[in-house]
Amino acid sequence: MKEKLAILITTLALAGVAGEVFSSDDDEHRGAAWGKTADVAAVSNEQYRAECASCHLAYPPGLLPAASWEKIMSGLSDHFGDNAELAPDVTKALTAYLVANGADRVNYRRSVKFARSAGNSAPLRITEIPYFRKEHREIPARMIKTNTQVGSLSNCSACHQRAEAGSFSEREITIPGYGRWDD
Amino acid sequence: MKKISIAIMLAGSMLLAGSAGAAAVDELLQTYAGQGAGAADPGAANTLWTREFRPAGADQDRSCATCHTRNLRQTGKHAKTGKPIDAMAPSVNGKRLTDVKHIEKWFGRNCKWTLGRECSPQEKANFLAFIRGS
Ligand code: HEC
Ligand code: HEC
Ligand code: HEC
Repeated sequence: MKEKLAILITTLALAGVAGEVFSSDDDEHRGAAWGKTADVAAVSNEQYRAECASCHLAYPPGLLPAASWEKIMSGLSDHFGDNAELAPDVTKALTAYLVANGADRVNYRRSVKFARSAGNSAPLRITEIPYFRKEHREIPARMIKTNTQVGSLSNCSACHQRAEAGSFSEREITIPGYGRWDD
Repeated sequence: MKKISIAIMLAGSMLLAGSAGAAAVDELLQTYAGQGAGAADPGAANTLWTREFRPAGADQDRSCATCHTRNLRQTGKHAKTGKPIDAMAPSVNGKRLTDVKHIEKWFGRNCKWTLGRECSPQEKANFLAFIRGS
């Protein structure tokens, strides 16, 4: 069971990478394996996945501007009330990856929207960005806060099953306990 | 010079991580003994595992079981983010207690978050013996 899951995850990860490799520079970014558009670049750094996905999903770097990642990475000892400290060399390597792929440094369609909406502010949370808030404002609280399988909007992958692959397409949203999202 | 010795240590811990789980635990138990820990007492760790603390700033009591549950063979759940945490017991999860650096990193974070302080070498030795036998 576990093994099957691991294979599935590896396949998904590879599909994500393939999507990136084969994507052209126009704003569609078609993933070869899925034939669907990638909104944001998939997470492509194994060290990042190993260090930043223990407590939550590995947030794709294209969801926050570079300045936000710098702020987050310089305050890991008090990270939203948790201690997420890393060795200095690891912090440095991951900061470089996040900054280079920040929302304002890449031209994926959705990243550009996050970057524009954040403007010059360097928010610590994706969920604070006005564009994010606007997209999620119609979802009732019973599907989020009081939904034990979700808990908060920070838990992207609860509803966007392919969040780490950078896909937030409306056709791929399933709200746990409520099913597919149709609006 | 220092860089070289760090590189050797890194390579060494990677080799150890690759071998059976017992190697990582034995190495750490030796380290803790060198820091003054006596014989490991799994019973004491069993008690500490569920003991509740409220460090400054916390709005609820916390214990190791808050995220890892009381039953180490069960999947846990991160108290804040809700992300599932694989079972801690090496008997059902072969990846547990196989990587010295991973264990030390999480002792550091989890002791501070749960107890509001570092765990002593004795407490860490106790936890290792307790988790290993689960
Ligand atoms: C020890 C657990 C832990 C680790 C490790 C960790 N985080 Fe977090 N992270 C949290 C918690 C707790 C939150 C707040 C979640 C919430 O409010 O639901 C959070 C939130 C975040 C958010 C904001 C999400 C939002 O609400 O928009 C970002 C971005 C983030 N983390 C990035 C990182 C990065 C980068 C790393 C790796 C360097 C990392 N995290 C490692 C616990 C952790
Ligand atoms: C409770 C479930 C839920 C969670 C958690 C959630 N979303 Fe969403 N998200 C939705 C729904 C539903 C929509 C579509 C809203 C609509 O169109 O009315 C959406 C829309 C979006 C869109 C716009 C998609 C489009 O095609 O226009 C983006 C981008 C997005 N979410 C990103 C995120 C990110 C990043 C996170 C985590 C920080 C997140 N979401 C967390 C449910 C969720
Ligand atoms: C806030 C949630 C939380 C609490 C409370 C917590 N842990 Fe953890 N623990 C984690 C996470 C997350 C990981 C890393 C994810 C993983 O390895 O699956 C982890 C990993 C570990 C590991 C690494 C095991 C291995 O070899 O993979 C040990 C040991 C550990 N915890 C011990 C403890 C002890 C002892 C306590 C109580 C003092 C405790 N934890 C309390 C969340 C928690």
